Amino acid sequence: MALSTDSAMTSPVANPMIPVPWRVQKARRETRDTFTLTLRPANGEPLPAFAPGQFNMLYLFGVGEVAISISGDPADQENLVHTIRAVGTVTRPMQRLKRGAVLGVRGPFGSPWPVEEAEGNDVVIVAGGLGLAPLRPALYRLLAHRQQYGRIVLLYGARTPRDLLYQRSLDQWQTRSGIEVAYTVDAAAEDWRGNVGVVTTLISKARFDPVHTTAMICGPEVMMRYVIMELEKLGVTDENIFISMERNMKCAIGFCGHCQFGPTFVCKDGPVFRYDRIEPFFKLRGV
Amino acid sequence: METLERLIEEHPFCHGMEKGYLELLVGCASNARFDAGQYVFRQGEEANHFYLVRHGKVAIEIHAQERGAIILQTVGEGDVIGWSWLVPPHRWMFDARAVEQTRAIALDGECLRRKCEEDHNLGYELLKRFAYLMAKRMEAARLQLINIHGPLD
Ligand SMILES: Cc1cc2nc3c(=O)[nH]c(=O)nc-3n(C[C@H](O)[C@H](O)[C@H](O)COP(=O)(O)OP(=O)(O)OC[C@H]3O[C@@H](n4cnc5c(N)ncnc54)[C@H](O)[C@@H]3O)c2cc1C
Ligand code: FES
Repeated sequence: MALSTDSAMTSPVANPMIPVPWRVQKARRETRDTFTLTLRPANGEPLPAFAPGQFNMLYLFGVGEVAISISGDPADQENLVHTIRAVGTVTRPMQRLKRGAVLGVRGPFGSPWPVEEAEGNDVVIVAGGLGLAPLRPALYRLLAHRQQYGRIVLLYGARTPRDLLYQRSLDQWQTRSGIEVAYTVDAAAEDWRGNVGVVTTLISKARFDPVHTTAMICGPEVMMRYVIMELEKLGVTDENIFISMERNMKCAIGFCGHCQFGPTFVCKDGPVFRYDRIEPFFKLRGV
Repeated sequence: METLERLIEEHPFCHGMEKGYLELLVGCASNARFDAGQYVFRQGEEANHFYLVRHGKVAIEIHAQERGAIILQTVGEGDVIGWSWLVPPHRWMFDARAVEQTRAIALDGECLRRKCEEDHNLGYELLKRFAYLMAKRMEAARLQLINIHGPLD
């Protein structure tokens, strides 16, 4: 069963098990627990091409390796960008890296968002929390080829105003790029002038043609479930809904079985899945 | 009157409503405007109206002594504010404050309650629509409550 979205796969570096050294060019704090690392090859190697939605394995020498989506512009030939939330053993010390530090990188791995297949359609992107990071390369791609799409809608939800990622970009996209942007937070104090409420409440207000829409969703699984229900209610079909899944990873090339999800491996068949192809497992508990 | 009827008919809350019922609503309706910062209503006040929002944004909030106002939800174009007019003791449970200039159609709750008692079909029609709204709100509130973005540090 071929579960990956099939176009635009890029081939990983020569030996996918050996990390290549990359240097931190810039480390930027995004929110209280999230940061963005801009990396450049430490030994001058060319940047491997990646497709929006793919991820790398980042190796913090002597500590461990983690799967992190690429969050930068696929057209950028110089920089590899990752946005990371500091949650544990590897990502917490990673947060302390400064310009000049060296990381090991393996990748890119995994299936991409269907940005080419979506041409001619309206595109609805729904992100929750850090889920905006893997979707940002898709947005860059859509904006670079703006005329090839119908309406483009970005709906984004975060916990509080302080947890909104890329806030400056959000405001720029909202005002100047021909896409409809709406974002909301789950809780806010009195001085907040934006929306409050879960991201699902934005869906019925967005303008798009459900019959000719490709939806791309990334966020906590509960959120994705309710977003899918809302989209289905409006008439978006499961073949046009794509979600990105997260499972613990080790090898990232389909060997170890760590990332198994139903009969699939998230590392090689995903992380981006067409919803109708994984729906039965997505609805099961504890898969 | 005709424009008010058109505005009510165009509001998503009233989509597909029979003409006769729309006319009954118009009899209880008036235009309302709130400037940014102005309260639409405050907790504890008598709930004599509900509002069909046409433009703008209103924050539904609760005031906590220690933390100031906490916004529970914002509502905007196409949304409805308030069902306390329908449920005894007909008092607002929260504050509603316009975050930006807001235009709405105010529906007089007392007037509507009277009409609903006289015409139970109208009452059922309105209840169906409010039940749907309440269910949606409850679903959204539950998702907010479980904190899908993970625990706070
Ligand atoms: C395909 C894919 C793409 C990913 N993309 C990104 C990305 O772009 N940015 C990013 O920050 N992370 C991303 N992740 C998640 C990331 O891999 C994990 O957060 C990371 O492995 C945690 O490693 P750690 O050693 O720091 O934490 P650990 O020590 O392994 O875990 C510490 C604590 O954090 C919790 N935790 C672990 N993973 C997560 C998680 N994903 N979310 C919340 N809590 C978690 C654990 O349950 C544990 O309680 C992605 C994962 C996958 C599979
Ligand atoms: S991480 Fe080893 S099989 Fe996917």
